[in-house]
Amino acid sequence: MSTVLTPEAAEPKPDAVRPREHYLNVRFGIASWLLTVDHKRIAILYVVGITLMFFVGGAAATIVRVELMTPAGDLVSRDDYNKLFTAHGIIMVFFYLIPAIPAVLGNFVLPMMLGARDLAFPKLNLLSWYIYVAGGVFTIVALLAGGIDTGWTFYTPYSSADSHTHVIVTALGILIVGFSSILTGLNFVVTIHTMRAPGLTWFRLPLFVWSSYATSLIILLGTPVLAITVVLLAVERIWGVGIFDPAIGGDPLLFQHLFWFYSHPAVYIMVLPAMGVVSELVAAFSRKNVFGYHFIAFASIAIAVLGFLVWGHHMFVAGISPYASLIFSLISFLVAIPSAIKVFNWTATLYQGSVSWQTPMLYALGFIGLFTIGGLTGLFLAALAVDLHVSDTYFIVAHFHYIMVGGTVMAYMGGLHYWWPKMTGKMYPEWWGRFSAILIFFGFNLTFFPQFVLGYQGMPRRYHEYVAEFQILNVMSTAGASILAVGYVVPLIYLLWSLGYAKDAGPNPWGATGLEWQTPSPPPTDNFAKTPVVVNPPYTFTAKEAEVVG
Amino acid sequence: MEADFELFPAQASTIAPLVDGVFWELTAVTAFFTVLIAVMIMVFAIKYRRRSQELPRRIEGSLRLELFWTIVPLVIVMYLFYHSTSVYFTMITPPADAMDVYVVGRQWMWAMQHTGGQREINTLHVPVGRPVKLTMTSQDVIHSFFVPAFRIKQDVLPGRYTTLWFQATRTGKFHLFCTEYCGTNHSTMRGTVHVMEPRDFELWQESQADGSLAAEGRKLFLKLQCVVCHSADARARGPVLEELYRKDVPLEAGLRATADDNYLRESILNPRAKIVAGYQPIMPPYEGEVTEEQVIQLVAYLKTLGRGQTPLRVEATQPPAAYRAPEPPK
Repeated sequence: MSTVLTPEAAEPKPDAVRPREHYLNVRFGIASWLLTVDHKRIAILYVVGITLMFFVGGAAATIVRVELMTPAGDLVSRDDYNKLFTAHGIIMVFFYLIPAIPAVLGNFVLPMMLGARDLAFPKLNLLSWYIYVAGGVFTIVALLAGGIDTGWTFYTPYSSADSHTHVIVTALGILIVGFSSILTGLNFVVTIHTMRAPGLTWFRLPLFVWSSYATSLIILLGTPVLAITVVLLAVERIWGVGIFDPAIGGDPLLFQHLFWFYSHPAVYIMVLPAMGVVSELVAAFSRKNVFGYHFIAFASIAIAVLGFLVWGHHMFVAGISPYASLIFSLISFLVAIPSAIKVFNWTATLYQGSVSWQTPMLYALGFIGLFTIGGLTGLFLAALAVDLHVSDTYFIVAHFHYIMVGGTVMAYMGGLHYWWPKMTGKMYPEWWGRFSAILIFFGFNLTFFPQFVLGYQGMPRRYHEYVAEFQILNVMSTAGASILAVGYVVPLIYLLWSLGYAKDAGPNPWGATGLEWQTPSPPPTDNFAKTPVVVNPPYTFTAKEAEVVG
Repeated sequence: MEADFELFPAQASTIAPLVDGVFWELTAVTAFFTVLIAVMIMVFAIKYRRRSQELPRRIEGSLRLELFWTIVPLVIVMYLFYHSTSVYFTMITPPADAMDVYVVGRQWMWAMQHTGGQREINTLHVPVGRPVKLTMTSQDVIHSFFVPAFRIKQDVLPGRYTTLWFQATRTGKFHLFCTEYCGTNHSTMRGTVHVMEPRDFELWQESQADGSLAAEGRKLFLKLQCVVCHSADARARGPVLEELYRKDVPLEAGLRATADDNYLRESILNPRAKIVAGYQPIMPPYEGEVTEEQVIQLVAYLKTLGRGQTPLRVEATQPPAAYRAPEPPK
C-alpha cells in the first residue's frame, strides 16, 4: 500500500529550535485530554481505562487461583469466592476483552490505515469513552459495595429471584458499557464506508480493517439483544414480572437463549479484531503480503454471520430439544472452517518470507499456536456426545481462555508493541519485550493446559472446594498463573519506562506497509500533512521501507 | 471414588467408552493439526529468518491450496459431527425397561426417591448392569446432575422434568457433582453414586423399605380429594386417569398432548395450561400446595393406575377447597 507522499511527512527533519508538533504536545493539561476529539488521544484514554480494568480483573483471578491450591476452602469464604470469579469474568469480558483491541488499537490506527484525519464522528467517539467510564464506575461501585455472585452469565432464576447481591447495579453497568461498544462499532462502519483515501478500494484495505468491519457489524446487531436481556432481568428482579422464573410463570431457558444470542457472537467480537492484528503482524514481520488475502477477508465475514447461529451449543445440557441441539452442533462444526482457513493462510504467509523474531512477531506466532488449540478444542464442545460430559467443567474454562487469553490478549499485546512506537514515538526495550512474550507463552500454557485434563476428569467450574484427587493439576495451574502474572507486570513497567527514557522510534521502525507508517511518530493531530493516494495492492513492501530499519 | 490421582477418569457406564471413543478421535485431530501448524511455523520461521534486507518475492495465494485446506477440514468435521451425534442419541434415549429413580435438587442437596419408597440424600444406590432412568426437577434454581465416571450430565430445572439415564458397568462409589452454579454452597452440592451387585442392592432396598412411591401417591390422591372429580364413574367431573400414562390426550381446540411425566406434573400444578377436550377448567392449581416430592409420588401413582383401579368415591367427601362450581349451563 505504498503511496504518493509529501517529503515532509516521510522524513521529518529534526528541528534544533522547536520540537516537531504532534498530537501529544499540541496541547497540555487535563482538559486537553478529557475534552479531546482526536481519535489518537481517545485511544490513549482507553489504554488507561482498559489497563486499569485488566489489572483489577487479574487481581480477582489471582485470589481465585491461590484459593484453588488446596481442595479445602481456606483463603476466602464461599460467598467471597463466588463474588471473585464473577468479578473476574465480568470485568475481563465487558471491560477488557470486548473493548481492548477495537477501542485502543482500532481507535488509534484505523483512521490512519484509511488515510483519514479522524473517525467519522469524533465527538461520538469521545462520548463512547465516557459511556465506558460510566459503565465501569457502576460496576466498580457494585463491587466495592459488596459485589455480585451470579457468575458473569447471570443465569436465572438464581440472578432474578435468589441472589442477595448487587445484581441490578452491575447489570446496569453492563447495559451502559454496551452502548459504548455500539457507538464505536457505528463509528467504524461509517468511517470505513465513507473515509477511505483516494485509491483505497475495499480489496486494498489492510486485513485489520476487514476484521474491524466484521466486528462492528456483530456489535451493532448483537449488543442491543444484551441490553434487552439485562432490562428484562431487571424488570423481573425489581417488579416481580414473571419472565424467566418458573415460580411466577417465566421460563429460565428463555434467559439463556437471549443471553447466548449476544454472548456467543461476543466471543467473535473479542477474537475477530485479534485475528486482524495478527494478519498485520505476520505480514509486517515476514515482509510479505498476506497469503490468500481475499480468503482471510471473507472468512471474517463468514465468522460474523455463522457466529449468530451457534448460540445453542452453550445449552446442550440445559434441556433444549435434541433436534435443536443437532442443528446447533452442525453449524458449530462449520464455524471451525473459516477459522482454519485463517490459520493456514497466516502460516503460508511465512513461506519464503523474511521473518524477523521481534516481540510483536513472537506474540503473533504464539497467537497462531494457542488459537489453533483453542479452536480445535472448540470441536469437543460442538460434538454433542463429548459436550455433555465436559459442559460446565474446567475443560470449558481451559478452552475459552485459550481463545480469550491465548488469542485476544496475545494479539492485543502484540499489537500494542507493534504500534507503541507510532503511539508514543518511543521504542520499547526489545530484550525485555521478547523476555515477557516468552514468559507469557509458557506461563499461559502451564496455567491452562492442565485445566483441559482437569475438566475431562470431571472437575466442575465455579467450585470453591473440590475433591482431593484434583489437587495436583490445580497446583500446576496456580504455578503457571504466577508466571503469567509476572509476564503481564513486566511490560507494564518497561512500557511506562520507555515513555521517558527509550530512544526515538522514527516513522517506520519495522519497515512495515500501511498508511499509518507513512506519517511521523507520534503522528500530527491531523495524521497526514496531505491526504495520501493509494496506488498499490495491500502489503506492497518496497526497498525504501526496508531501508528505514537499515 | 479413590482419592488417588488418575490422569483419565474411570469408565463406569455403558456410555463412557462410546463418549471416550469420540473424545480420542477429537484429541487425535487436535494433536495432528496443532503439531502440523507448530512445526510449519517453526520450520518457516527458522528457514526463512531475516538474513538480509532483501525483500521476499510477493505470493498472492493459491486457489488449489485454499480448496485443499477448506475441503479436508470440512470432511473431517462432518465425520466427527456424524459420529458424535449418533453417540448422543444413544445417550439421551433410555431403554424401555429402565428402573425409575426420581431426583429433586435444591440448595444445596440432592434428594432421591426410588419407586419402592426408599429415600436418600446425596447418595444414590443403584444395581450394576441395569439401566436406570432419572427423572429430575429442582425446587429453587437451576442445578445440574453430573457423574463424571458415567460421562452423563443434565441440567435440573425448576418448573419441569428433565431426564437422564445410565447403566453402570462397575461396582463402586462414584462422584456426583452439581455443575450448574447455584449459589453460596454450590461446590459442596456433591454426592455419591453407589453401584452395587444386584443381590446387595436388593438387600439394601429391603433394609430401606418404606411405603412405595405409588402407595404414597395413592394416599395423597385420596387426601387431596383428587378422587372426588377424577372418580371414573358417571358423576366424574374430571377425566378418567386410568391407563393414562404415555397416552395421547385430546385437548381443547383440536390440540393433542402426550401424557408423559411433564404433562402430568403440569396438569397437577397448573391444570389450566392444558384442558382435556370436553371438560370444564374447574380444577384448582396445586402450585404451592404440594411439594415437588409429593408431585413425584402422585405421578408415580398415576403411572401404575390401571383399568378399574380408581378408588371408590366416598359420598361424604367434599370437593377440594379451591374448587369453584361451574356456571350452570343456560
